[in-house]
Amino acid sequence: MVYLDFESDIEQLETELQKLREVGEKTGIDTNAAIVDLEKQLLEKKKEIYSHLSAWQKVQVSRHPERPYTIAYMDYVTGNNWIELHGDRNVADDKAMVGGLGQIEGHSVMMIGQQKGINTKMRQIRRFGMANPEGYRKALRLMRMAEKFNIPIITFIDTPGAYPGLEAEERGQGEAIARNLFEMFRIKVPIICIIIGEGASGGALGIGIGDKVLMLENTWYSVISPESCSSILWRSWDHKEKAAEALKLTADDMLKNKLIDGIIKEPLGGAHRDMNQAFEFVKKEILKHLPALKKEKKDKLIQKRIEKFAQMGVYTEK
Amino acid sequence: MWFKRTKEGITTSTSEKKETPEGLWYKCPDCKEITPAEDHEKNNWVCNACGYHERIGSAEYFHILFDEGKYKLLDEKLKAIDALQFTDTKPYAGRLKDAQQNTGLNDAMQTGTGRIEGLPLVVCCMDFSFIGGSMGVVVGEKISRAIDHCIKNKKALLIISKSGGARMMESAFSLMQMAKTSAKLTLLAEAGLPYFSLCTDPTTGGVTASYAMLGDINMAEPNALIGFAGPRVVKETIGTDLPAGFQRSEFLLEKGFLDFIVHRKELKSRLAKLITIFNNEKVK
Ligand SMILES: [Zn+2]
Repeated sequence: MVYLDFESDIEQLETELQKLREVGEKTGIDTNAAIVDLEKQLLEKKKEIYSHLSAWQKVQVSRHPERPYTIAYMDYVTGNNWIELHGDRNVADDKAMVGGLGQIEGHSVMMIGQQKGINTKMRQIRRFGMANPEGYRKALRLMRMAEKFNIPIITFIDTPGAYPGLEAEERGQGEAIARNLFEMFRIKVPIICIIIGEGASGGALGIGIGDKVLMLENTWYSVISPESCSSILWRSWDHKEKAAEALKLTADDMLKNKLIDGIIKEPLGGAHRDMNQAFEFVKKEILKHLPALKKEKKDKLIQKRIEKFAQMGVYTEK
Repeated sequence: MWFKRTKEGITTSTSEKKETPEGLWYKCPDCKEITPAEDHEKNNWVCNACGYHERIGSAEYFHILFDEGKYKLLDEKLKAIDALQFTDTKPYAGRLKDAQQNTGLNDAMQTGTGRIEGLPLVVCCMDFSFIGGSMGVVVGEKISRAIDHCIKNKKALLIISKSGGARMMESAFSLMQMAKTSAKLTLLAEAGLPYFSLCTDPTTGGVTASYAMLGDINMAEPNALIGFAGPRVVKETIGTDLPAGFQRSEFLLEKGFLDFIVHRKELKSRLAKLITIFNNEKVK
């Protein structure tokens, strides 16, 4: 278990608990009462810490190294039975963006999302979940296929941004994202977008246009990462906590500002603390929205999608 | 770069002409050639010696494009609200007020409607002088309303981009303007009306990743910086120097992302020609 800096009290209690269990096993002394008491303390402590997370602490949880990534969600919601589809039919298969077909409790779905690597080698191959233009174009190819067969689309968003490389620029990173934004307003099947980790900037939005845009409880969504914001506006990397606060990037802030449609609860202590529970929450949420969205008339669906995004933002005219 | 500004920022090209005292000169930052300001203006703020396109604002573009310099501004009163109460080293509300005072503009996008060679056109033009031409809610709303106006009155749309990208101080509100403008552009497309995108120096970040790259015709002024990630960030990523001309108009043309590069003096006639060609339904 990897503990974050604000989890030291939890770490201490869990270590004690572990010791107590070992002592009980080794010596045969009855430690049950002490264990029950400690477990209660631990639960209270977790509740206390996790009900008061700062914006920066949520950013930390969203990046927790043990947090589940896109493919893990795809596996669970389809009962480990989906078919990955590769390539943009033009340049390459981008490993930072994955997609494929499966069924969730009988509902056929096209699933698309950024994928971070699960070990050092895969982190390189998947470029830490930062897609190239081919990734966005693969996503669009799959979305168009879904539309052709009248299959709803689920996107899982987890990216520190679109890849800022030389070749990405050569192959039109800006155009690729822009094209997705445009086309996702014309795709005539339901789209559900779920931010499961990091939702950074245009790289996240490039697969983020949906009829329902939902955020897991401990994720963030913003125009820029707190670190980059700090370095640009404060001209130093040291103000990331302040930047995170100022950017209003938590799920609660996003819902309050009417920029997302809902929040999906996470298990206490974050999605990595009880992955199956997290997957189940996500699956339930998808199944909650899918039937109604599938019933909606195609033109109405598009019209509502456009109107929702067209209303985002506040201004004055005095 | 002007040797002397009669009044910083807010002077429109037409009023500037009147106020320009004798002996005002323009020095080209590229080739260092010195030209009388009046000649420089007549040359559309392009260096006569080397073709360097000076960064100009919306008033100048409207002056260049619209017949007899006549146009009507739309949605002039739209102003940003600091809904997030954003503060970095300075409160955003203060930054807004300063920018408004220094530029005489309400935000980084102005919409003008008028005629070019007799043909109706709506022009949304960004002002880099207003917080780096950053895209916030007002920029998005102006485009959104300009598109409504185009659809209602069956007019073509030109957006002139000149921007460092999204406005950080509006965070996700600003990010969602990429979505909002793209959404509205699908309606313009449905209506069969042409959308011209002109990228000028610089066009980067969220602006490039939304409306700037979505034109039926994507065009750029010569040697404009156009990209998603800024050159400094790309350089940090690859760890070596960038090739010469990287992310410039000519580079994007070569890579297939622009229809053409247009010299400022030919912008108006090129647009008029295209609008005429797109309008072929009139001829049976
Ligand atoms: Zn020159």
